[in-house]
Amino acid sequence: MGDTAEPLLETRGLSKRFGGVHALERFDFQLAPGEVVALAGDNGAGKSTFTKIVSGVYLPSDGEILVGGRPVTFDGPQDARRQGIETIYQDLALADNLDIGANVFLGRELMTRFLFLPRVDRRRMREEAAGALAVLDVHLDRLDRPVRALSGGQRQAVAIGRAIHFDARVIIMDEPTAALGVPEQRKVMDLIRNLRAKGLGVIFISHNLADMFAVSDRIVVLRRGQLAGERRVGDTEPEEIVRLMVGRDGAA
Amino acid sequence: MSATGIASAGRAQGSGRRNLLATVASLRAWLFLIVLLVTFEIWSQVAYGVSFIASGANIRSIAVFAVAPVLLGLGQTLVIISGGIDLSVGFTMGLASVIAALVVNATGNALGDGGALVAAIVAALAVCLVPGWVNGQIVARLKVPPFICTLGMYGVTRGAAYIIANGTTVPVSNSWLTTLGNGRIAGFPIVVLVTLLIVLAVHYLLAESLTGQYTYAIGGNSQATLRAGVDVRKLTTRLYILSALTAGIGGILYTGRFAAGAPQAGEPLLLDSIAAVVIGGASLFGGSGTVSGTIIGALIIAVIQYGLVFLDVEPFWQFIAVGLVIIVSVLVDQSQKRIGGGGRADG
Ligand SMILES: Nc1ncnc2c1ncn2[C@@H]1O[C@H](COP(=O)(O)OP(=O)(O)O)[C@@H](O)[C@H]1O
Ligand SMILES: [Mg+2]
Repeated sequence: MGDTAEPLLETRGLSKRFGGVHALERFDFQLAPGEVVALAGDNGAGKSTFTKIVSGVYLPSDGEILVGGRPVTFDGPQDARRQGIETIYQDLALADNLDIGANVFLGRELMTRFLFLPRVDRRRMREEAAGALAVLDVHLDRLDRPVRALSGGQRQAVAIGRAIHFDARVIIMDEPTAALGVPEQRKVMDLIRNLRAKGLGVIFISHNLADMFAVSDRIVVLRRGQLAGERRVGDTEPEEIVRLMVGRDGAA
Repeated sequence: MSATGIASAGRAQGSGRRNLLATVASLRAWLFLIVLLVTFEIWSQVAYGVSFIASGANIRSIAVFAVAPVLLGLGQTLVIISGGIDLSVGFTMGLASVIAALVVNATGNALGDGGALVAAIVAALAVCLVPGWVNGQIVARLKVPPFICTLGMYGVTRGAAYIIANGTTVPVSNSWLTTLGNGRIAGFPIVVLVTLLIVLAVHYLLAESLTGQYTYAIGGNSQATLRAGVDVRKLTTRLYILSALTAGIGGILYTGRFAAGAPQAGEPLLLDSIAAVVIGGASLFGGSGTVSGTIIGALIIAVIQYGLVFLDVEPFWQFIAVGLVIIVSVLVDQSQKRIGGGGRADG
């Protein structure tokens, strides 16, 4: 890639073995600021393994991870987050019974005082959470309701709002649209475009070629743990991506 | 950029009926309490020609009856909101009751009545730390389902309480302790005042503090809470310890009230404490519940128990009455959830 900007995230020779299974093999990857990369590949291709390594869930068996050009090792998911890499999990992200303020600030609550007693500052958390969502062009009519009352797209927005409020540079989304209806899928696509416009890097896993072509700049195809090829969206077409995925194309 | 002004969709349909049901559901504990009081009032007027409610003695008695269900219900509330349950509270209370009695007796000569009371309180609560801590560790660290773990602890505390008490009740004679159990300040029973203080403390903890915030978060989604960097193990352990401590306070007050330590002091309170929480509107799946709800739940139980005594009904009816209230309460909650699409029943 000829990008002049330092990649937000880069991997070199990244490998992961589970016993005898080579889940990921010598995978080189770069993500530039303001870039959206779709990760494609059949089931078992290694997409989740890759995202788990760069979000600190797995230690790589081999290879390097660089954040902003600096080699790093992640001591768990918390550490990856501290270094600006945030993964949005479909179902693990939110506490359904809490409002958006409590969810956006979960683990980093804003506090105030009543006399000498510390109190959780719900009002300020709500207001700031609404602000974080407004940045994503998402506006909720009521802030005090549990997030279970929100639509799928709104819930993703809360999870993403949470990430960017705490200065994530890279957002990883595993099948962000899988569980959503069509209008909600569009909203998630809009969210991704908003993130790109703000200069964040986005990696998203998808099985949906239309989504990939609609929103990403680049498509990276994995096959059996290896890079099968990568294409800029303007220079390729769905059939080629499918060929790369199933492996009837020698060129990478 | 197409405005993502995601207006809350699908909220309009059928909202009239749903709102009514939601209101009924959220107020159901109050409604129960009112229906119960009205029923007992009419019953009392018809049968005995006296008022049930307009009697200071009755109100005082109900408050005293409510002390143990409130205390154990408070701890149970914390644990249940976090998605757990504590089946060991009843015999933890019995254990504390016995320990308090034995320590008061053993230290009375050396420390005097006041000193012995302090020693008894410290010892009883210290002993309660053990089942609380062990429950918390096993649930949080070893991922044993709380139902199983605390059922085991139910057996352990039960056996321990009987063994330490030598299988019988332990009479005490300590003026401070019996004053704690039966005295009044400005007409208010001291046990009720002590309970009020604990209520305020737990209310602050749950509604205002970070511990409370995380208690709800763990009950809503413990994975997400863990991922957010919250020490879920420590929090969980803290909740089971608090549950054991409120049970311990209940045990100490029991010993004061009856001037005896009894291993079976809290036997009915396992059910009463859970009933108070559930009637108060908490979900047994975790994530919801309030201190005020639990207090109303405990008051309902106390009104049933005392009211039936007052009306000279065979005491066994109270079990049936409390049981029915639990069932109806859960039914109201579920029908509200089923009809209200906003809240998924899986919690
Ligand atoms: N925790 C694990 N233990 C053993 N094998 C694993 C584990 N995770 C993934 N694998 C294996 O690694 C390969 C890649 O899996 P994965 O990264 O989940 O692929 P994808 O997300 O592209 O479907 C598969 O063969 C899978 O069976
Ligand atoms: Mg996968």
